Parts: sequence; structure tokens; C-alpha cells
Amino acid sequence: METKNIMIVGVGGQGSLLASKLLGRLLLDKGYDVKVSEVHGMSQRGGSVVTYVRFGDKVYSPIIDKGEADFIVSFELLEAARWTEYLKKDGRIVTNTQQVNPMPVITGAAAYPENLAEKMAAAGIDVDAFDALGLAEKAGSSKAVNIVLMGRLSRYFDIPESEWHAAIEKSVPAKFLEMNQKAFTLGRQA
Amino acid sequence: MKTLMLGNEAAARGLYEAGCAFVSSYPGTPSTEITETIAKYPEVYAEWAPNEKVAMESAFGACLAGKRSFCGMKHVGLNVAADPLFTISYTGVNAGMVIAVADDAGMHSSQNEQDSRHYARASKMPMLEPADSGEALEMAKLAYDLSEQFDTPVLLKMCTRIAHSQSVVEPGERITPPEKPYEKNGAKYIMMPGNAKRRHPVVEERTKALVAYAETSPLNRIEDGKDKSIGIITSSTSYQYVKEALGDTYPVLKLGMIWPMPEQKIRDFAASVEKLVVVEELDGFIENHCRELGLKAEGKNLFSCIDELNQNIVAEKLGKAPDVGVKLDDAIPARPPVMCAGCPHRGLFYTLNKLKLTVLGDIGCYTLGAVAPLAAIDTTICMGASVSGLHGFNKASGGEREGKTVAVIGDSTFMHSGVTGLINIAYNESNSTVIILDNSITGMTGHQQNPTTGYNLKGDPCTKIDLESLCRSVGIQRVRVVDPYNLKECEEAVKEELAAAEPSVIISRRPCALLKYVKHKAPLVANNDKCVGCKSCMKIGCPAISIVDGKAKIDNTLCVGCGVCQQMCKFDALEAPQA
Repeated sequence: METKNIMIVGVGGQGSLLASKLLGRLLLDKGYDVKVSEVHGMSQRGGSVVTYVRFGDKVYSPIIDKGEADFIVSFELLEAARWTEYLKKDGRIVTNTQQVNPMPVITGAAAYPENLAEKMAAAGIDVDAFDALGLAEKAGSSKAVNIVLMGRLSRYFDIPESEWHAAIEKSVPAKFLEMNQKAFTLGRQA
Repeated sequence: MKTLMLGNEAAARGLYEAGCAFVSSYPGTPSTEITETIAKYPEVYAEWAPNEKVAMESAFGACLAGKRSFCGMKHVGLNVAADPLFTISYTGVNAGMVIAVADDAGMHSSQNEQDSRHYARASKMPMLEPADSGEALEMAKLAYDLSEQFDTPVLLKMCTRIAHSQSVVEPGERITPPEKPYEKNGAKYIMMPGNAKRRHPVVEERTKALVAYAETSPLNRIEDGKDKSIGIITSSTSYQYVKEALGDTYPVLKLGMIWPMPEQKIRDFAASVEKLVVVEELDGFIENHCRELGLKAEGKNLFSCIDELNQNIVAEKLGKAPDVGVKLDDAIPARPPVMCAGCPHRGLFYTLNKLKLTVLGDIGCYTLGAVAPLAAIDTTICMGASVSGLHGFNKASGGEREGKTVAVIGDSTFMHSGVTGLINIAYNESNSTVIILDNSITGMTGHQQNPTTGYNLKGDPCTKIDLESLCRSVGIQRVRVVDPYNLKECEEAVKEELAAAEPSVIISRRPCALLKYVKHKAPLVANNDKCVGCKSCMKIGCPAISIVDGKAKIDNTLCVGCGVCQQMCKFDALEAPQA
């Protein structure tokens, strides 16, 4: 199988490492060669962060480059818009509609662009934008946005739901399992 | 069982499997997880040293005593440890010794993007360079065998994309390496001139033997290609980009041992293709070596020595330019890293900015104090440079300037190499004020213990170095502690210490807001009736505060109730929530 590419983008501290851990676990269990590239250090401090997940028969590069992403999963709307050049021609963006103002917007040096989801769609990008934060809160924690997004992403994969749940079980602490499973289901059904 | 591991975790696993028994390192992105991972094995003694020089010397002592030892660091850390590096190359080892150095091309979390491969050549020490996690594990193991076979420490060179990428590995079992009892051998281990003169030729002979090893070692392999018009020499993550972009179009010589290089193998490879192209990140290290061998090679004329490479760059230069996705017309505002809400550094940097001081900065999270609106830092060079730089700055400028200049340095960085600068301030008597930002942890690299925290790498309680006593004992009489959440106290302390006619230390003390044991207050609430929209609260650059429709608004998912913004508000508009 040709290598498939998933970019997970967001704001440092939003929990993208758990999402990539879950995907890595799932895809390895499916028998694929997998590479997951993470961000550590300075940019984790509230900066723009990106994690690359690649899988296929044989994966070489650990990173995803412009024009290569089959999916961009975004925790935040501006971050989805930041990385559109990385999307493949027939790729898809799955994004939370939550807005987190970056410092230049907070200080008034820049404006947060309006109607980004609509603009992406107008540019011909396949965008699935929804309120993942609302669903995470409904599941019991605003921190479950990562798992809600994975639930939504799972709709586009031909992988049985039970296998996703098995991967969640291996990736989250037991005391948060029920809440995360609920978050996944809410995301998948949304 | 196959599993996913970071390159750093896999390197740690390889060290463990090879019987590594002693680890001493200093944290630094992207090297930190090697040491954090190996520390989890109970069979391995592992510690954070105060700095990389101490770590390397400790690891050398351990290998002398007969244990396979390791130390890990980032590229700039190797600069600190360069002194022992060059001489333990002469002495060689007893049990095996491995030194990991992790470069950060692209400067994801670093102050420069130096190419550490030069150190292997300069110190005449072999260097292995893995291209994924599986190789990191295997090479870490092999490094010990090479170390003992060739009587030399071995460098294991990582980079951000190998260190922080997970790929598939298959862990094995730990072996028990042969006993290597210590034996006194002055001619080998006492590097005074008479002995060192006799060791240098040994080192040169060793390099020749290593070149011979490199010729036949499977570390350096040729992968055939269909089109012989180009032959590519590459290594590390660049190899992955070449394979990704070009598949098996051109033959590839993949070097796993980056120093010394296999001369005949490179010559033979060059002879088998029409044109030699070297694909490598940062400097033209392999390319220059090819030139020294009298071979024509292209490389840095195609691939920049600045920043990282990737598959698109390789495709563009050697294949066809890739199609990129759609770019939106809107300007997308940057999202630079920021000091966290509740960060104890914020109040202190606000004070320094308010007093319009010249601030010599250092390496850590607090480098973010340079960013607007705090914009309080004038310089950032390397670990410890704030303190020693301040001394020189004050000695050279004197007079009024002295009373308007300070150094800021974190607790871990102060222990790393700030204390020697402070000794210079005391000894050579500059009227300097040093501010130690004591957040009780090594923050930037992800919360590592250090000599001032009272805990060791294994998480056990241990001797806690008392900063106040340390500063006093080196001759600083004026040492005081302030709470950076208290702006008035900060301002008074800074003004008084700058006015004093002798050197002083201010310890700005409060634990990092991200530490699990720190109990936060409830998020504050902005009272719209009281807020006049003056934006005074925006001067502290807190990510939890923004102005919405002309009034302050607090993001309750971020705010930890530190109260610094309340001290900025003249209208008491930022309130603790009603109980």
C-alpha cells in the first residue's frame, strides 16, 4: 500500500501527542509500517505544533511535506488554515471549530481571520468542521477533544470501530477510559 | 514484539541491551529522552549531572572502573564537554563508553544549528549516525562493541527528526558484558605531555583501523538504483528523504558510520556512477571528505547548509517538483510560543521591562521574556553567559549603566555554568546584580530534576543545593528572595539591589506553574461593569487575557488565578470568583 499521511495540528498543550499515540498503536496493530514525528521543546509552550503520522507497507521519511497529507486533523481553526498547503489534492481537513487566539491577535498586532471554514471550502478544500470542544465537554472533559477528533477521523477509515476502541484502551489510563470511549463515540456519530 | 519507539527511546533500549550500567547526562532538546528512558531500568545507575562536562567526565570515570557507561547531550552541550572529549579520545576506554549528541537542524529548540559531525573528525573519535529508531537501537548496542574493540569512546549522533520520530523496533534481551577490572596504567590514562605524545600516534593508527572496519561494515551499505547517471551518498534523516523522493531511481551509498568514512568504498561507488551527489543536512561534511579524496562531488550547491532538508527539496533538485496544496488568501497570524498562564517568570520580566533595564538573558523557558509585550531581554548566547556577560558589561561600562543592567538565569542553568560567572563577579568585584529565576525544575526540556530541586533523576529525595548559601559562600553578601507573583516586592528588590554599591543576587522563587504538585487558584473573572478597557492587563502578555468588544476577558481554561493581572488593574475589574 502506498504511504498514507495524517497531520495532527494544533496549539501546544492541546493533547496532540495522545492522538498520535493512539493512531500509531492502531496502525501498528493493523500490521503497517508506521512513523510518528513529534514536537518537543520550545514550541510546545503555546506555539503552533504539528505531529506527523505516516503508515503503509514501507515508510521512509518521518515527516509530511507540502501537498502530501491525506488528512489534516486540527484542534483549532486557525491551525487548520495555516497548514492547507500540506494537503493532498483530494485530501480532507477534519477540524475543531474552536478558536484560540495567538499572541499577535491577543495584543492586537494581527486579526483572527473570519469565516475560515467557509473560506477553506470555497478554495475547494474538503473540510469537515465541527464543535469538538462541545462534544468533549459533553463526554465529561474539555481535554477529550483529541479523542473526539479521532472519532470523527475514524469515519473516513475502513477500520472496524472495535479496533479503534482497543487502541484507546491501550493508550489512556483506566480511570479515564469510559470518558474517552464516550468522547470517541460522540465524535464518530457527530 | 514489534513496538513503536522514539529514536531516543530506541537508543536507550540499545544501550540497556548492551549492558550499559552507568549514565550521566545533562538534559537538552532533542537528546533528553535517551537518559529519561534508560533511567527507568533498575539495573542502570542514571543521573542528571550539573552540566555536560561533568557528565562526560563522570561517564569516563565509570568506564575506567569497568562499567559500560553513557552520557547524552544536545549539540551545544558537546561544546561544554569538548574539553574531556578531545583527551579521552587519547586515553581510550576500559569498559565501553558511548556519547550521544543530538543536533537540532532547523533550530526547533536551540540557539544555533551547529553540525556536530565536525567534533568526530576534530577529536578523532568514531561516530555512528542512525536513520530511524531500529538503527538507533542497533547502533547504540554496536557502539559498545566498537568502543571496546578499538579502545575509544564512540559518538552516537542523533538529530531532531530521528530523536523525536517513532518508528518500529523489535527489542531484544540485555546482555552481561565481560568484566573489565580497573588496572592502573599511567601511560594510557595520565595525559601529561610525555604520555600524550605517545598516545597521539596510537589515535592516528586507530583511525586507520577504523577506516578499514568502515570499508566492510554493514553500517555503510550500497542500495542499487536503475539510473547510474547519479549516485547519492547520504546518511541519517537525509537518507529517508532521498528514498521517499526518489525510491530506487539512483544508487545510494548510505553511511551509518559518519566518521571515519570508508575511503575505498566511496571511491568505488563514485566510479560506478556518472556523477556523485551528496545529500546531507547542514554542512558539507561528507562532500568535503569526497573532495579530499580527489572526487568530484555536488552537494551544497544543491542543498542549503541552512535549516532542515525534506523529501520535497530532494525531489525538486533531483526529481520533479512536487504539487503543493491550496494556500488561503488570508494572512494567517503567527502563533509563536508564549510563557504559560501563571508562569512565575512573567511578573519578574514585567518588572524589568517597566524599569527599562538592560537584561542579559540565558537559556531556558525564560528566553520567552524577550518576546513582546514583556520584551525585557537584550541578549541570549549560551548556558551561563548572562552572569559572566553581565560582569564584563558592567566592568566595561561602569558608572550609571551598572545600576541599570541585570542578568537573569534559571535555577538549572545557574547550576550548569552560572555559578562560575558569579564567582568571577565576587572575585573580580563588579557591582553586578544577578537574578536567579528559581522555578524549582528544569522547565524547557520538560521538567527534569537538578541539584537545587532535592530530587534525583530516579525521583528519589537527595541532597538539595541551597542557592542562598551557595551564593553567600562564594562571596556575595547581598542575597534576597522574592515572590515573582508580587509585583511590588519584585520592583522594590530590583531597585534596591541595583542601587547597592556591591554585587547582589535576587532569587525570584516560585515553582513552574506546570508542575503537578502546584495547586492553582480558581480562574479569575473580568467584571465588565468595572473594566474601562484601559488594557493595562495586556502589558503582561498573559495568553489567558484578551480584549473582546473593548473589555478584558479571561479564558477560564487557561487562567490559574496567579493574580499578577489583578495588580495591573487600577479598577479592580479582575476578580476572584464568588465562592
